[in-house]
Amino acid sequence: MSDLLYAEEEEALRAAVRDLLTDHCDAPGVIARTESDTPHHRALWKALTDGMGLAGLLVPEKLDGQGATHREAAVVLEELGRAVAPVPYLTSAVVATEALLACGADDLLRELATGTTIGALAVALHVAPGTALRTVRHEDGLLHGELTGIADAAAADVLLVPADDGGLYAVDAAAATVTPQTSLDLTRPLATVTFDGAPGRLLGDAEPAVRRALRTGAGLLASEQLGLAEWTLTETVRYLKDRKQFNRPVGGFQSLKHRLAQLWLEVVNLRAAARNAADALTTGEDVDVAVTVAQAYAAPVAVHAAEEALQLHAGIGMTWEHPVHLYLKRAKADSIAYGTAGAHREALAHLVDLQAP
Amino acid sequence: MTTAEELRGKTRELLAAHPPASTDRLDFLRARFDAGLAWVHYPQGLGGLGAPRSLQAVVDAELEAAGAPDNDPRRIGIGLGMAAPTILQYGTEEQKRRYLRPLWTGEEVWCQLFSEPGAGSDLAALGTRAVREGDDWVVNGQKVWTSSAHVARWAILIARTDPDVPKHRGITYFVCDMTDPGVEVRPLRQITGEAEFNEVFLTDVRIPDSRRLGAVGDGWKVAQTTLNNERVAIGGMRLPREGGMIGPVSKTWRERPELRTHDLHQRLLKLWVESEVSRLTAERLRQQLVAGQPGPEGAGMKLAFARLNQEISGLEVELLGEEGLLYDDWTMRRPELVDFTGREAGYRYLRSKGNSIEGGTSEVLLNIVAERVLGLPPEPRTDKDVAWKDLAR
Repeated sequence: MSDLLYAEEEEALRAAVRDLLTDHCDAPGVIARTESDTPHHRALWKALTDGMGLAGLLVPEKLDGQGATHREAAVVLEELGRAVAPVPYLTSAVVATEALLACGADDLLRELATGTTIGALAVALHVAPGTALRTVRHEDGLLHGELTGIADAAAADVLLVPADDGGLYAVDAAAATVTPQTSLDLTRPLATVTFDGAPGRLLGDAEPAVRRALRTGAGLLASEQLGLAEWTLTETVRYLKDRKQFNRPVGGFQSLKHRLAQLWLEVVNLRAAARNAADALTTGEDVDVAVTVAQAYAAPVAVHAAEEALQLHAGIGMTWEHPVHLYLKRAKADSIAYGTAGAHREALAHLVDLQAP
Repeated sequence: MTTAEELRGKTRELLAAHPPASTDRLDFLRARFDAGLAWVHYPQGLGGLGAPRSLQAVVDAELEAAGAPDNDPRRIGIGLGMAAPTILQYGTEEQKRRYLRPLWTGEEVWCQLFSEPGAGSDLAALGTRAVREGDDWVVNGQKVWTSSAHVARWAILIARTDPDVPKHRGITYFVCDMTDPGVEVRPLRQITGEAEFNEVFLTDVRIPDSRRLGAVGDGWKVAQTTLNNERVAIGGMRLPREGGMIGPVSKTWRERPELRTHDLHQRLLKLWVESEVSRLTAERLRQQLVAGQPGPEGAGMKLAFARLNQEISGLEVELLGEEGLLYDDWTMRRPELVDFTGREAGYRYLRSKGNSIEGGTSEVLLNIVAERVLGLPPEPRTDKDVAWKDLAR
């Protein structure tokens, strides 16, 4: 049975990341950044990677990484989720890194592990593991075509691009045209990438690399969703203890207490599901069921938590200045990222032999 | 501190001295109790060795491998799960020595006389009266939802000993002799057709003061120990994947493709995911307990368990279609054991309706989570400073 707890070192890692985020990633700053020219928080990324070496958690030590596991990366993602931090951690340090690990691309892994190079897998964010991919045309060593919905591409230095010959190619971001798309989630912006005869270097077969990358992305996304849900619940409980109407704290009304208790139950369950997925990715046991169960459960819970937070904050929750909308937008985008809950349930139906009619 | 190795050694000594194959079942269980291997976390002399609770698994595994008989824990769940921890915490030395051994071996079955027709969620409003007469208490009243009352030797009982103080303060906790001539047990038939519970009428039942647990007027505090253990017992079972209510319906789904519809498929998959996540949460809770970091997660387990049982069994009846219109048997019976996943889908559907009522309604449990875990304000209390006799009823 998987280890569903947090080890002492994992708690220490959490505390360190939380301290950093408390100092460098407050909500007003994140809100202000969303409408600036640089939606990604470069200084925070530098602190997380240069300062703490977190971009290299999944990279072996011999390639300048930390040689840690998905369990630690999951803890980092919980904290980044709690802060809706606009950094390309999931996309570069997890998803792109996994694709490179699958290809054995040691040189790029070294660069990504230090965080000085940011990578992005050029697969649209909504694509579920194991489903069809859009590709670009490969001709005479050059890539041609356009891909949309690429998360954090605007921050990327290198793009990992699936082509129509079945290969995965590394393309210098400067050789492509990256056009930001107006995104629902302001803190993980999407972009269109256009290749007009861009030189690409073949890394390996796209299918297994992308499948592995997306599966890991989906599994660890559950930890980010846990962080989002936990923040929204904690913050809503705090606010409702403080907010008074009808001469009493609003949090004392039974209909609201029951909704918050229900939400707490969902968050408790989500923690078990997310830990189980992180542990399965670490041990390699029962990974497909663990990941599909975690995603099928996590997405609706994170959205529910954010929607409840907005409703229970009421008027103030509808304002741009209050951060709850950042969590709602991220949670809703996350519910589509790496496959919807429905897509994961469909995959699960085959895995556990509960076939459709 | 006792180690796993020492426990393994002691277990082997027990097995060598009392080979299960040639030892009477009861003799073996008594010897196991006396060796401190019944519940290793209990004190020495009371069936335990003062060892960490997590080491019980070591003993159980050794005994199971040797084919030793167990004490049929499902038959004596109320004794093991509720009466025993309460006696251990509040009983006198004499009471512990008298009650715990036959309780554990199953020689004496226990039941619980708590709920009343007029005191359900508001248990502390109970009206069964206990009046002191010399060395005895004379008890009159009516209890309800009492499982095992018809086979029980003893009951844990809470009764009102002082009607002139606010309700929580005037209750006292007793051990009641179910063979007393004033105890009348009547079956209480449920919507399933069977009578798993009883109504118990108490008429001038005499209980010696030596069978009181805790101080006079402290019964509510003592009962908290019992009730906390009940919720753990109801929600905290360890199951394999598809081990609970989701098992039978998944099996039917696989074996009967002609019953499948798209709507049912979506609902089944959602419930399968929720069952698996709930199982992981229970496992996480168990790991926390073993690691000595108990979390508040247990408070929610029963809520999830009740809702899932109800939704899954409801789905199963619907999946069965034409067969879902039938019921296996309405005959009034008195089952010895309760199996929520037993019998047919229709029975499971009806029986699981009780899961959100027994051991604390889901509504009360949500209040408990909101107040004790999340720290939200308590419900307004109009009865706090009112004497029990002046409460609305």
